[in-house]
Amino acid sequence: MGEVVVVPAAIREAMVAHARAARPEEACGLLAGDAEGRLVFCYPTTNILRSATNYTIDPTEHFRALRHAESRGWELVGAFHSHPHTEPFPSPTDVELAAEPDWIYVIVGLADPDRPVVRGFRIVDGEVTEVALRGER
Amino acid sequence: MARIKLPTVLRPHVGGSAVVEVEGRTVGEVFTALVERYPSLEPQLGGDGGLPVFVNVFLDDEDIRYLDGLDTPVDDDAEITILPAVAGG
Repeated sequence: MGEVVVVPAAIREAMVAHARAARPEEACGLLAGDAEGRLVFCYPTTNILRSATNYTIDPTEHFRALRHAESRGWELVGAFHSHPHTEPFPSPTDVELAAEPDWIYVIVGLADPDRPVVRGFRIVDGEVTEVALRGER
Repeated sequence: MARIKLPTVLRPHVGGSAVVEVEGRTVGEVFTALVERYPSLEPQLGGDGGLPVFVNVFLDDEDIRYLDGLDTPVDDDAEITILPAVAGG
């Protein structure tokens, strides 16, 4: 069986809300995990490219998120972004630019904005593996 | 000595450490010393041409792009954080 990651409802909602607010541009943000690897916090960030097809997280916001996470004993364990008009599967650019092999890369698909689709992936050396995202019980 | 905090992706190049300590009077000197000690970091941090655009460097709380870049002076107790750009399509 593949990897399963629990996404608390508040984090899922925060990612989807940020994605909807940014549409038609791509939204992006960072995810923090606790010492046990559980997702505990979501940092919506600015897409400095202001683009419908690409994103780059504002480096200063990235740094602030890192400091905030560390101050609570967490680590940044992933990033999320949206595909405003397409399926939530990593694009060739996503695969090429995925720098952190240990991170989870979550994509919010808003092809139908009323039915957001949220999927998670590991991207290691150009290879994409889907991670099953599960809501909290 | 300056403390350099490395992202996960660079830690295998320094034996797995999250933090390394290196001498240098400027950010550029610190990076030169870092690459001398861990040569496999060079492609990640760029050569003489400066830092690649996909690497962000913070000296204490400031992005060095808003300071003097690689010429920014470094105190003995400085903390340098290297962050890979988070980007995609």
